[in-house]
Amino acid sequence: MDIFLQQVINGLVQGSLYALVALGYTMVYGIIELVNFAHGEVVMVGALVGLSVIERMAARGDTGWGVIAIGVLVAIPSCMALGLGIERIAYRPLRKAPRLAPLISAIGVSIALQQLAALIWGRNYLHYPDVLANPQFHIGGAVITQVQLVILGITGILMLGTWVIVQKTALGRAMRASAQNPSVAGLMGVNVDRIIASTFLMGSGLAAVAGVLVGTYYGVGNHTMGFMLGLKAFTAAVLGGIGSLWGAMLGGLLLGVIENLGAGYLSSLTNGAIGSNYSDVLAFLMLIGVLIFRPSGLMGERGSEKV
Amino acid sequence: MSSFLEVRGLVVRYGGIEAVKGIDLDIHRGELVTLIGANGAGKTSTLNALAGLLKPAEGQIRFEGELLTSTPIHQLIQRGLALVPEGRGVFPRLTVEENLSMGAYTRKDKAGIRTDLDQIFHSFPRLFERKHQKAGTLSGGEQQMLAIGRALMGKPKLLLLDEPSMGLAPLMVQTIFSVIRRVASEGMTVFLVEQNARLALQAAQRAYVMEGGVIRFNASAEECLNDPRVRSAYLGEES
Repeated sequence: MDIFLQQVINGLVQGSLYALVALGYTMVYGIIELVNFAHGEVVMVGALVGLSVIERMAARGDTGWGVIAIGVLVAIPSCMALGLGIERIAYRPLRKAPRLAPLISAIGVSIALQQLAALIWGRNYLHYPDVLANPQFHIGGAVITQVQLVILGITGILMLGTWVIVQKTALGRAMRASAQNPSVAGLMGVNVDRIIASTFLMGSGLAAVAGVLVGTYYGVGNHTMGFMLGLKAFTAAVLGGIGSLWGAMLGGLLLGVIENLGAGYLSSLTNGAIGSNYSDVLAFLMLIGVLIFRPSGLMGERGSEKV
Repeated sequence: MSSFLEVRGLVVRYGGIEAVKGIDLDIHRGELVTLIGANGAGKTSTLNALAGLLKPAEGQIRFEGELLTSTPIHQLIQRGLALVPEGRGVFPRLTVEENLSMGAYTRKDKAGIRTDLDQIFHSFPRLFERKHQKAGTLSGGEQQMLAIGRALMGKPKLLLLDEPSMGLAPLMVQTIFSVIRRVASEGMTVFLVEQNARLALQAAQRAYVMEGGVIRFNASAEECLNDPRVRSAYLGEES
């Protein structure tokens, strides 16, 4: 088996999930310069809402991708409502406050959502029901599963769709204009509050899809799953250049690949002195390294394309 | 004759400081009116209050007979008011064409927008040549043209211009003023706030002279040009 190729495939899959979550961070940061620390929890809620739906359908004997699709279709509006609510309650009243205030508010929302999820779904790891046959395919010396292929396909489509909306539609133009100069955007007739809300809406919708895909891929869900995932996705966004769409995508994929290569090789390269569980350390070391030489991230520049 | 734009007793305060101390203004349909005065006289505060960028502490602003004071800023363009802000306020990382489309954000008539865009490109060939360029890469004068073009894309009834000559090379100032004259001659009502009093008075029909937050006097532009007080204070001539 070709370990290198295998780890690259696994890394791209994991990375595309990071990228999907990172888009939510980067879009919100691009428009209001806020790190939405509750975003990881929106992903978690998406995963658990999806899990509840899928569980119920699996109990009736339904199987196949249709079940997952329905899970996603229920998770999306749930997460969108949640994202809108967070923006309205926790961030909008603090729009003119010093920047530390909304950040603290974000952390508060994050903790509140985790505890709320613990009340609803309990504190144990919940298993995503097996509703997929998940056949494997061999390419080169490596294996890629159907779930992995679907994840790559869906995230690819969603990333492209996000880019099209931001770059090619009137809504996207208004988002970019509001990010660059909100008061002048207002003069043009843009209701900036509504534009900010739609940014949260888009990010939360992507988070819902990411949540259900993460649950389906790893097979478990839990009220704390959003924390590390959110942190990694945020890292990916910073790595790529926060505020930049392409940066979030590139950063996510890169982070996923590096992490998986680390997991594959760290142990054998160091004769077991450093185990594969240090792959997270490698990922964050890389972030530090990149930020030393390119403080605004890989794709970010002073004049980067925000939103 | 009732005014197109009527301002009564406008007061603007920043904290305890009164920048505009109860002024009256009238602008009639089709006029080019200028507001001149030194730095800090309260010109921009007046204009920003008209455009809804800041809330007046007191006073009334009526546009076509209707109160504007409580209209949210993003609805002013639909009422027919467009402001070209001080410092131009182009969206630096949108292309020239995207900036112009933003001006037409509230319009739904796709065909009309297309025609107006062609019209703007026709009037400003420089913008046409650079339509795919990011607005931030344009020169100051080109950005000013873009800001004016963008405001016109909203089909306003009243165009508010804040210091359009600021920071521009003399030749470019001439170009911008000929643009303003042309826009006004095509029937647009224009309210021009300007530090370059001579140019403003040469372009305008009427003028208000502002000093220390109050209107010192208002008269026809010609009278102002010949008024010894204006000549000494604003046109740099010995009286």
